[in-house]
Amino acid sequence: MNLTPVWISLQLAAVTVVVLLVLGTPLAWWLATGRSRWRVAVDAVVALPLVLPPTVLGFYMLILLAPQGPVGGPWLAVTGQTLTFSFTGLVITSVLYSLPFVVQPLRDAFRGIGPRPLETAAMLGAGRLDAFVTVACPLAGRGFVTAIVLGFAHTLGEFGAILMVGGSLPGETRTVAIAIYENVETLDYAAAHALSAGLLVFSFVALLIIYTLNGRRRTGVGL
Amino acid sequence: MSDQAALAPGAGRGSALLKWLLAGLLLGLVAPAWAAPLKVAVASNFLAPLEALADVYHRQGGPALQISAGATGQLYAQITQGAPYDVFLAADQARPQRLVAEGAALADSRMTYARGRLVLWARPGVELPVNGLAGLQRSSVTRLAIANPALAPYGRAAREALQASGQWSVLSERIVQGQNVGQALQYLATGNVSHALVAASYTRLDEGPAGDHQPVEAQLYAPIRQDAVILSGTASADQARAFLAFLRGPAAADVLASFGYRPAGGSR
Repeated sequence: MNLTPVWISLQLAAVTVVVLLVLGTPLAWWLATGRSRWRVAVDAVVALPLVLPPTVLGFYMLILLAPQGPVGGPWLAVTGQTLTFSFTGLVITSVLYSLPFVVQPLRDAFRGIGPRPLETAAMLGAGRLDAFVTVACPLAGRGFVTAIVLGFAHTLGEFGAILMVGGSLPGETRTVAIAIYENVETLDYAAAHALSAGLLVFSFVALLIIYTLNGRRRTGVGL
Repeated sequence: MSDQAALAPGAGRGSALLKWLLAGLLLGLVAPAWAAPLKVAVASNFLAPLEALADVYHRQGGPALQISAGATGQLYAQITQGAPYDVFLAADQARPQRLVAEGAALADSRMTYARGRLVLWARPGVELPVNGLAGLQRSSVTRLAIANPALAPYGRAAREALQASGQWSVLSERIVQGQNVGQALQYLATGNVSHALVAASYTRLDEGPAGDHQPVEAQLYAPIRQDAVILSGTASADQARAFLAFLRGPAAADVLASFGYRPAGGSR
């Protein structure tokens, strides 16, 4: 059986989670502690992928990332590469698709810390960034684990949006979910079973990790 | 029903009228079962023509069609799991053949109901080759969309045509595959590819993508035959046979031609 799609999916999930941690951590912090009147609106935007069908996201990405599109056009001009049908395009799509699964657990973890530890750190002379890195982040550790595992697992299982943006290029954009779909369509049920069972077991183990870690208190996942 | 029965004892002089009402009600309950809609599973690429055909058929006095559209492979999987369809209009010949072999479809019912054709479509401002597919210049193709040859008959035909014209190896790195021919068209409509090899039926779409198209030379690919079968589990075999006979008839041929298909019989 061809395991390349599994490898593509693992790479995609890993890159997506890293990008989401870099972009999502400050965003989650702002959502948890900010006082801007835009906060509620941004919260709603972050939650959008939870309620929208993936095909909506896929459709708009197909237009945004197109060679003439508002994102794909400039990208093509600068890099000479098109975004649709590329691994980079899949990463951009996945970052949006998995955004709430990373940002929401982080936001709730930061919120759960409360103002006191940071006030204490400030009184002891820690700067804002110092307090964030040395006090807030360690205290939100379980939120980070939840965010990483959920973001990774959710990206791994992505189907609808990838189906539309990817173009099913072997070795580049044919992910494990697409490969399963194609195996079912071509009646290769043995391969479909093997890949599906693998995803099923992985997802179960991932959730088991989260629930074990958060066993003593309710998880902060907004699902 | 229970409401009607509860009314009956207290009806008195109106009981004759009530009997008629009850009889009418019973008839009303029985009649739909007698004229039950024919449940048709259809490959998505043939959904629009089938809806048009259903209209014509109904106007000719045939039963209404209850249509379920999906990918041929997905419908095949549903049918093997006992999905209660009467007729299956596939996008290929393989799945109906397989259903017959497995005893899930009636062997003598299998027929080719339509033969599809390929067109080469180019985005606005992109040129079409003047001397057929072989004349397609590599430099003018940024991306060429086809349906996945492993999944879709139009994808297989597209690959055949590209191979026969010597373009497959030349363009291989610029070919992207949609899950079906509809997705290949979508890539063209959203501006993500310069060219697409898709079903001729799309040229009849009112809201089709912009740009020009031309038929692909018929000798470059084996005809795209779409087969129909009646499923063994049907309770309306006679009605199903009548509908397949209608599909072979002249009224259906007109509808098929208007959607860019060649009818089942006749030469190409």
